[in-house]
Amino acid sequence: MYVAVKGGEAAIDNAHRLLADRRRGDRSVPALTLDQIAEQLALGVDRVMSEGSLYDRRLAALAIKQARGDLIEAIFLVRAYRTTLPRFGCSEPVDTSAMMVERRISACYKDLPGGQLLGPTFDYTHRLLDEELDGDAEVEPGHQRADAHEPVSRIADILGGEGLIEEDLEQSPLEEPGDINQTPMEFPLSRAMRLQSLSRGDEGFLLALGYSTQRGYARSHPFAGEIRIGEVEVEVFSPELGFAVPVGRVQLTECQMVNQFKGSAKAAPQFTRGYGLVFGQSERKAMAMALCDRALRAEELGEDIVAPPQDQEFVISHCDNVQATGFVEHLKLPHYVDFQAELGLVRAMRAEHAERQAESLPDMKEAAE
Amino acid sequence: MEAEAHIAARKNRMSVLARCKAGRLQELWDGLGLSPVHRTLRGPESGLVMLRGRVGGTGEAFNLGEATVTRASVKLEDGSVGHAMALGRDGAKARLSAIIDALCQNLETAVLIDAEMIAPMRAELERADETRRQQTAATRVDFFTMVRGED
Repeated sequence: MYVAVKGGEAAIDNAHRLLADRRRGDRSVPALTLDQIAEQLALGVDRVMSEGSLYDRRLAALAIKQARGDLIEAIFLVRAYRTTLPRFGCSEPVDTSAMMVERRISACYKDLPGGQLLGPTFDYTHRLLDEELDGDAEVEPGHQRADAHEPVSRIADILGGEGLIEEDLEQSPLEEPGDINQTPMEFPLSRAMRLQSLSRGDEGFLLALGYSTQRGYARSHPFAGEIRIGEVEVEVFSPELGFAVPVGRVQLTECQMVNQFKGSAKAAPQFTRGYGLVFGQSERKAMAMALCDRALRAEELGEDIVAPPQDQEFVISHCDNVQATGFVEHLKLPHYVDFQAELGLVRAMRAEHAERQAESLPDMKEAAE
Repeated sequence: MEAEAHIAARKNRMSVLARCKAGRLQELWDGLGLSPVHRTLRGPESGLVMLRGRVGGTGEAFNLGEATVTRASVKLEDGSVGHAMALGRDGAKARLSAIIDALCQNLETAVLIDAEMIAPMRAELERADETRRQQTAATRVDFFTMVRGED
């Protein structure tokens, strides 16, 4: 219970002024520009876009600057900003197979059409701190290799040819996917709505849940079938023009997780899949999302629900870090009346306890004598 | 058939206008020395579009998350209407893109704009793409098999 409390205005104003001062820090150090944040802290920007559920690099960079680098606070700022803008419509579903690929790897096939393209990855680095970065040494551009351009095929297309893997076929195009922004959440959620929720879910939470599935909670035996990062074209249908207008490109990370089998008396066994798709470059998040997506399909695939990652109410209700931080941090708000009530209660209980002790004490004395 | 070609040309132009840098667009526009009288029908206004993906990459559509977009519509004195929409929040660029789209409804002007603005910008964007593609290609793993000695 909250009560209206007067007072503290001056303290709050001064606290915010102090926050602005501390945010700026030592004035002899140059202020960060948004371009610097967007260019050099790009993966932090990507995380804010992904969990803020808003693709706009510059806004995400601004949010990071304003939040002093606290990414969950920055995500909160972006989510709040989103609500001030009108929604013009929806894009056509993006075609990730036509992605301008910057990285594509598969842990299932060594030689797959398009090859293993490592791209700008932290993998195989030695995780040793580089003292050179303490300065501003010249950095060489990436090497180039003039190859005949080979199309980068999907893992599902390779396995799908033999029917070894389940296929995701397009449903009725008339059916609108649910939108968690516009409809209250009611469980069970469709897979489409779960994916929307997971895509903006907290990376740490999904990572921990995904990890737990690997350790035996909802065992689904995953292979990283394919991870790809790159830009896709976005088109928005224009009613004035009568065709879909190209509005630019966005960078996405996609993960196809290949998991163990599902079959029945009628259908031959085949691999199942978990799917991850997130804004920007974030394969850890996309992989965690794919693990969680697969675990959440337990009921659909006739598996026993035995672990938290398979429980959609548990996963979806707790994966949003803006909601989570709101509820955890609301504990800082004045709960003076609540606390007074509990204080009264604990005093009464202690009085009763003391009384009981006093009553039993003479008996004990007697027993001792 | 002609209508289809017209739509394809318009989409191509819009794709370049949406992706180009605002500064470069303005520079090429200034070079043309056109200043058509126009009336704003809409915007420029910023808002959101919900980006959609497909379950598993090929299945039913799902809502991935929103993106900022800015759109504008203009009408020229001769009645041609132009529209523009691009990711981001650059109103001036959206307005100029809509004017260019309107001007290109006249086939002669379209030829001029395509040659003087769209073609060079497209070439620059394609060059940048090619550089990235080649940089990615340089990170392709070339597997080789270790030959074991006689045992």
